[in-house]
Amino acid sequence: MSNMAQYPVLERRIHDNPWKAAAVGERRHHAVPEQPLPPGARPAEPLPDPSDWTFDLIDRYHAAIAATAARFGLDTYPNQLEIITAEQMMDAYSSVGMPVNYRHWSYGKEFRATERRYRRGQMGLAYEIVINSNPCISYLMEENTTAMQALVIAHAAYGHNSFFKGNYLFRMWTDASSIIDYLVYAKDYVAQCEERYGADEVERLLDSCHALANFGVDRYRRPSKKNLARERLERAQREAYAQQQINELWRTLPARPGKEDAAQEHNRFPQEPQENILYFIEKNAPLLEPWQREIVRIVRKIAQYFYPQRQTQVMNEGWATFWHYTLLNTLYDEGYLSDGVMIEWLGSHTNVVFQPPVGHRAYSGINPYALGFAMYRDIQRICQNPTAEDRHWFPDIAGTPWLPALDHAMRNFKDESFVDQYLSPHLMREMRLFALHDDASQGDLVVSEIHDENGYRNLRQMLSQQYDLGTREPNIQVWNVNLRGDRSLTLRHTQYQSRPLADDTQEVLRHVARLWGFGVQIEGVDAYGNHPVLLHVVPAPAA
Amino acid sequence: MALQIIDRRLAGKNKSVGNRERFVRRFKEQIADSVRRAVSQRGIREIEQAENITIPKKDIGEPVFHHGQGGIRDMVHPGNAEHVRGDRIERPKGGGGRGSQASDGGEGEDDFTFTLTKEEFMQLFFEDLALPHLLRTHIGENPLWKSRRAGYSQDGIPNNLAVLRTMRGALGRRIALGKSAHRELLVLQEELDALLAQDDGTSEAVAALQRRIDALQVRIGRIPYLDPIDLRFRARIQVPVPNSQAVMFCLMDVSGSMDEARKDLAKRFFILLYLFLTRHYEKIDIVFIRHHTQAAEVSEEQFFHSTESGGTVVSSALVLLDQVIRARYPTGDWNIYVAQASDGDNFTNDSGNCRNLLVDRILPLVRYFAYVQVAEEEQNLWEEYSQLLPQFSHFAMRKVSQPSEIYPVFRDLFKKEGVPL
Repeated sequence: MSNMAQYPVLERRIHDNPWKAAAVGERRHHAVPEQPLPPGARPAEPLPDPSDWTFDLIDRYHAAIAATAARFGLDTYPNQLEIITAEQMMDAYSSVGMPVNYRHWSYGKEFRATERRYRRGQMGLAYEIVINSNPCISYLMEENTTAMQALVIAHAAYGHNSFFKGNYLFRMWTDASSIIDYLVYAKDYVAQCEERYGADEVERLLDSCHALANFGVDRYRRPSKKNLARERLERAQREAYAQQQINELWRTLPARPGKEDAAQEHNRFPQEPQENILYFIEKNAPLLEPWQREIVRIVRKIAQYFYPQRQTQVMNEGWATFWHYTLLNTLYDEGYLSDGVMIEWLGSHTNVVFQPPVGHRAYSGINPYALGFAMYRDIQRICQNPTAEDRHWFPDIAGTPWLPALDHAMRNFKDESFVDQYLSPHLMREMRLFALHDDASQGDLVVSEIHDENGYRNLRQMLSQQYDLGTREPNIQVWNVNLRGDRSLTLRHTQYQSRPLADDTQEVLRHVARLWGFGVQIEGVDAYGNHPVLLHVVPAPAA
Repeated sequence: MALQIIDRRLAGKNKSVGNRERFVRRFKEQIADSVRRAVSQRGIREIEQAENITIPKKDIGEPVFHHGQGGIRDMVHPGNAEHVRGDRIERPKGGGGRGSQASDGGEGEDDFTFTLTKEEFMQLFFEDLALPHLLRTHIGENPLWKSRRAGYSQDGIPNNLAVLRTMRGALGRRIALGKSAHRELLVLQEELDALLAQDDGTSEAVAALQRRIDALQVRIGRIPYLDPIDLRFRARIQVPVPNSQAVMFCLMDVSGSMDEARKDLAKRFFILLYLFLTRHYEKIDIVFIRHHTQAAEVSEEQFFHSTESGGTVVSSALVLLDQVIRARYPTGDWNIYVAQASDGDNFTNDSGNCRNLLVDRILPLVRYFAYVQVAEEEQNLWEEYSQLLPQFSHFAMRKVSQPSEIYPVFRDLFKKEGVPL
C-alpha cells in the first residue's frame, strides 16, 4: 500500500539497526550553570498588560521569558506557539492532544463529552496543550488574557518543552522530530484502509486495538549498544524470520500420533511470556491481513509514544509548574511584569497546585501538579537551606548548587523512582501524608503509616509504588498458544496483592479473540506464578 | 531561542468533524431512536432545536484490562488531621477498595449524554425519512417588487433631479470646453499689455490683438452654464423581493378514523412543509384547523393530541380556511400555503362542495395547496380532487401510507419549480 521505509518510526526495536539510526533527540549533554546567570539591564517599565493580547505582546513576553530561561540553563526544542480557538482546543483534547490523528469514533465521543461539560460550565478548558515534538508545539487559546499567555508560555514552551528534551524516558522512547510525520502517515493509512476495506471493518479493528493499547508497549526492552550477544541474537532472529516463511507455527500436516504431546510440552510458544500483547499479535496472529498488522502496529507505536507521559505525570507537570513559578517570579523581581499580571497568574497557579485534604469534597487523590511542584521546590530548598535532617537524608545534594541538582532530578527519573529518591521527610510532614491499608477481606481500613520517624521510609515507598504503572495496571502477558490443537491463545494474569481483574475482562478478551482469530482464554496465577485458575474463555469469533 | 507564532484560528475549524460523524454512525440506532422520540414529542416550531441524546453506558464503553475491586491496596493520602498508626477507619460506603477516593462514585454510572447540534439533528431527521437533499429544492420566485436606488441616469422626472451631480458635471464640462480658449486669451492679453506699454495703443497690431481677444471672449461666453447633457437624475429600478412572511395552514381530519399512526404521518408532513418554508421566509405563521363534522382553529397541542370522533365533513374546514384567510391574511402581504391531511373518508355529498370551494374561493388565493391522503383507498374526495389537477398547477395531491414515503411524496409535491402563479 505504501512504502513503509520512508516513514519514521517512533521507537526502535531490537530488529532495527540502532547503529544506523540517528540518535533520538540531541544526545549531547547540555551544560547547566551552577548559578543563574546575571540579569541584563533593568527595563524602564514593565511590559504592558492589557487583558487582550496581541501578537506583538506575545512576542515581547516570550522574548523576556526566553532570555530568563536561558539564564537558568533550560535546554529546549525550538518553540512553535499556535493560537487556537476554544473549539480547536476541544478538538485537540479529544484526539489525545495531538494535532493530527486517525479518525475514530471514540475521539468523537470524547469531543461530545468535553463539549457538553464545557458548555454547561462544569469544566474550564486547559489553558494549554503542549506536544512533545521538535519544534515543540504549544497551543495558546485565544480566550486567554495576556497574563495567561505569559503563564502558558513559561509553563509549556519552557517547562514541558525542556522536560521533553531532557528526561531520559522521552529521550529513549520517543522521537520528537518524527511524531507529527508519523501521525500524518497513520491518519492517511487508516483513511486509505477505510476506503479500501470498509469503515466498519477498520473501526472494529481499531476498537480491538484500543482495548489492548496499554498492553502494546515495551516496558523494559530498549535500544542498547550492540555487543556480541546482540550480534548473535540478531542473526538468530534473521534465521527465525526465514523459518517463519515456512510457517512452522501453523503447519497443518498431522504429526505422527504419539509424538505430538511430547513436542507440545517441550515447545511452549512463545517460549518466554510476552508482555507486549499487541506486538505478539502483530507478529504472530495467523489470520490477520498485512494491512491489519500495519494498523495494529500504528496503535502500538502511538501507545508507546505516550508511555513515557503516563510514567512521568508528577515529574512533568511539577517541572513545568516549578519553572513557570520561578521564571515569572524572577521576571517580576527584575521589573518586567506588572502587579496585575502577577496577581492574575498567581490566581491560576494557586488553583492548579491546590491539594484538597483527604475527606474534602474535591478530594480525588493526590494532585500531581501539587506533589511535583512541592517536590522540586523542596529539592531547591534542600540545596539552598539544608537542615540537619536533609543533610542526613540527602547527603549528595544538600548544600550543593540547586540548578544542577534539579536538572539531574528531571533527567534521570520517572515518577516512581523520583518519589522514591526525592520525597523528603520535611515534605511528608508538610503534606501530612499517611497511608491507608485496604484489605477487601477486612471490614475496616487501617492507617498503616503516618508522617513520623518510623513511617517516612515506608510511606515514601508506598507512594512510589502508587506511581508504578506495573502495579497500577494488571500484569497480563501472553502465556501460550495451542499450536497443535485449536490454536487458542492463553493470557496469564499474575495477581498483584490479590487484586482481581475487573468485570469487563470478558469484553476485552472478545477483542483479543477478534485480533487473534481463534479462541482466547485468560488464567490467573498468584504473585508467585502458582495455582493457575482459568478465569475467562472466549471462543473463536465467527468468521 | 527560535520562535514561531502561528495563528491557527482560521485553519483547522471542525477538525474533529470526522470523528463526530463516526461516533454518530456507530450509535445511529440509538440516536435515531432519540430523534424519532423527539419528533413525536416536540412542537413543529421547536423541531429545529438541538437535542440531547442519551446512550446507555454499557453500549458506549471501551473496555480495557484493569483491576476490579477487591484485593489489597495501600494508598497514600495527604492531609492527615488526626490519625495515628494503627487507627481503624470504617470503609466509606460505595468506595469498595478505593479508600477515601470514592467521593464521586455515583457519577461514573451515568449514561453517556451529549447534545446533537441543530444541523446534525436535521440531518438525522431527514435521514430517518430518507431525506438527503431537501434544502436544495426551490419554489418559484415571488412576484413582489420593490423600488430601489440604482445610481444615476440621464433622463428622469424633474423631482428626481440630482442637483449636485448635475452641477458638478456642468462645471467639469465648462472647464473642459473653455480651457484652451482661456489659455489662449491669457497669452493674447499678455501680448496686448506688452504692446500697450510700448506705444499708445493705436497701432494695427493692438487692434488686431483686441479683435482676437474679443472673439475669444465671445466663444467663451457661448459655453452654456447648464446644458441638457449635464442633467443627472436619481435612478430607481424595480427589484423582485421575496415576501418575507408566509402563513401555513395545517388542515387535518380528526374524525374517528384518523388514528395515532395516521396523525403521525400527517405531522411529519406538516413538519417538512414547515422546515421547507423556514428556508424561504423570515416569518411564518402556522394556523391549525382540525375538523370532523365541524371545523375549529386550535392550538398545536390540541391539533395533534386531542381525540375526537364522529363523521367527517371536509368542506367545514375549507370554509373556515377561507374565512381566516380573508379576515387575517390578505394575499398581498402573505404567502399562503395550505397542507391538508385526511384519510379521504368524507361525507358523500360533501366532496363536490369541497372541490367547488377550492376552485372558486381558495385556490386563487394560495400559493400552494397540498393534499395528502394517509390511507390507500380512493374515495369520493380523492376523485373530486383529482379533477382539479389539470386546471391548477399549484394544487397537488399524494397518498402516503408509510413514514418512509413522506419524503418522496413531499419532494414530488414540491418539485414543480418555477411554475408561473
